[in-house]
Amino acid sequence: MFNRNKIKAASKEHAMYIAKIKRKKLFIRLTQISILILFIILWELAARFKIIDAFITSQPTRIVNTLVNLHEEGTLWMHISISIIETIVGFILGTALGTAIAIVLWWSDFIAKVADPYLVVLNSLPKVALGPIIIVWIGAGPFAIITMALLVSLIVTIITVLNGFLDVSPDKIKLLKTFGATKLQILKKVILPASIPTIIAALKINVGMSWVGVIVGEFLVSKAGLGHLIVYGGQVFKLDLVMTSVFILSIAAALMYQFTTWLEKKLIKWHN
Amino acid sequence: MNRKEVVSLKNVSLKYYSLEGETPAVNDISLSVKEGEFIGIVGPSGCGKTTILSLIARLIKPTKGQVLVDGKLVEGPSTDVGYMLQQDHLFEWRTILQNVLLGLEIHGKVNQESRAKAERLLETYGLGEFKNHYPDQLSGGMRQRAALIRTLAVDPKILLLDEPFSALDYQTRLAISDEVSTIIRKEGKTALLVTHDISEAISMSDKVIVLTKRPATIKSIHEIRLTCEKDNPISRRQAPEFREYFNTIWKELEVHVQ
Repeated sequence: MFNRNKIKAASKEHAMYIAKIKRKKLFIRLTQISILILFIILWELAARFKIIDAFITSQPTRIVNTLVNLHEEGTLWMHISISIIETIVGFILGTALGTAIAIVLWWSDFIAKVADPYLVVLNSLPKVALGPIIIVWIGAGPFAIITMALLVSLIVTIITVLNGFLDVSPDKIKLLKTFGATKLQILKKVILPASIPTIIAALKINVGMSWVGVIVGEFLVSKAGLGHLIVYGGQVFKLDLVMTSVFILSIAAALMYQFTTWLEKKLIKWHN
Repeated sequence: MNRKEVVSLKNVSLKYYSLEGETPAVNDISLSVKEGEFIGIVGPSGCGKTTILSLIARLIKPTKGQVLVDGKLVEGPSTDVGYMLQQDHLFEWRTILQNVLLGLEIHGKVNQESRAKAERLLETYGLGEFKNHYPDQLSGGMRQRAALIRTLAVDPKILLLDEPFSALDYQTRLAISDEVSTIIRKEGKTALLVTHDISEAISMSDKVIVLTKRPATIKSIHEIRLTCEKDNPISRRQAPEFREYFNTIWKELEVHVQ
């Protein structure tokens, strides 16, 4: 996306062109917002006129009420912050550890070849299946949940980042070799900087992955957090609570995704 | 004039190995390059031209024979040899100046003096005002010039040019080959240019070496003597002898179009 401040119209025709592009963007944005508003209104009306049963579908005003209640009880922020912290820790660990392991695999062709079948199996294994084992080993608490989030994102990160490393043009590496670069220098000067876009892509995937891990972990541990609220709400048939939690979850996930997009812009400043 | 020999290949052979077997790429090549010479190497495509440059840069070791640079048998790449690839391979995350400093960084030789020298080179060759730009913002010709300066910044004695203009369009190519050859001569470097473009080789080189099909051996060596007013590739292309050299080399290359 372009920076609005930088655009200067070169001519009248150019100004018209810019206006056209801007109109189009505005139209897309307005349509997106309208769909959301329309959906909320329809939902509310359908519930009010008993077309749908608000007891099982909830309704926007009930969600707002639930939010207010949770806030007044003083537990709203506790649940939100617990889930967010677990996700962020899992997400950072997953990306950092995944990148570190990818570096090891890039460094040693031998280790990479040995690890290959294990990675393939671990990648296709649903990590959620390991949940009970993790809880038994680590104990039902935030560490088990973070481990869950880490496991879900780790293997994908390793595979994505390693593929990114291996995609770096061999000629770029050859160029460094002609300067007599060591393997460490090749890693630092080419492989890592060239892979920043890949690592960011992994980060973006990991936002979603870590949330999956955290919510599933909270389902299993069920002490606190948004996942706990969802499971608890489902068990006692308080669908308002479930819907409210899902609503908060989507906002939190969207914000984290926005953060990675912002990070991308900061780090990849050579793209204009 | 008795000039020093800077590159010498003595009965060099190279075979590539794979599980399926071995492929001879270069067969018994002996070659001597004197200081300040500009050598063009032409040959049928895939004949092992690039392999010869990789051998001189010591990116690969010969299966047989010796490669001497500056009279020494050296293991691994050194600052004596600068290599210019087909594509400029400027790193898109570095500014032009940072790209130019890459080689110096690897040798741990970035200091005020070397940095000033790199900036001076950029200035001299018309890239001074672009030093803080990213490669994306430069044209193909400018990028290739920046790549040359990156190679020159480490002050190599010998420059290896591996079809450095093949990624450029024809007009830029003529202009930049003119510039590059002027720069190389002005900086007093020895150069080996690998190309499939016969005219390019004749217009830039003192000597043109014709290689056979793979495995590459030396078929002939032509001393290029052209009568022209100015000694730059574009006026050299106007020389009356140019055509003759072209035809001779063309015939030797036995290009068959199927």
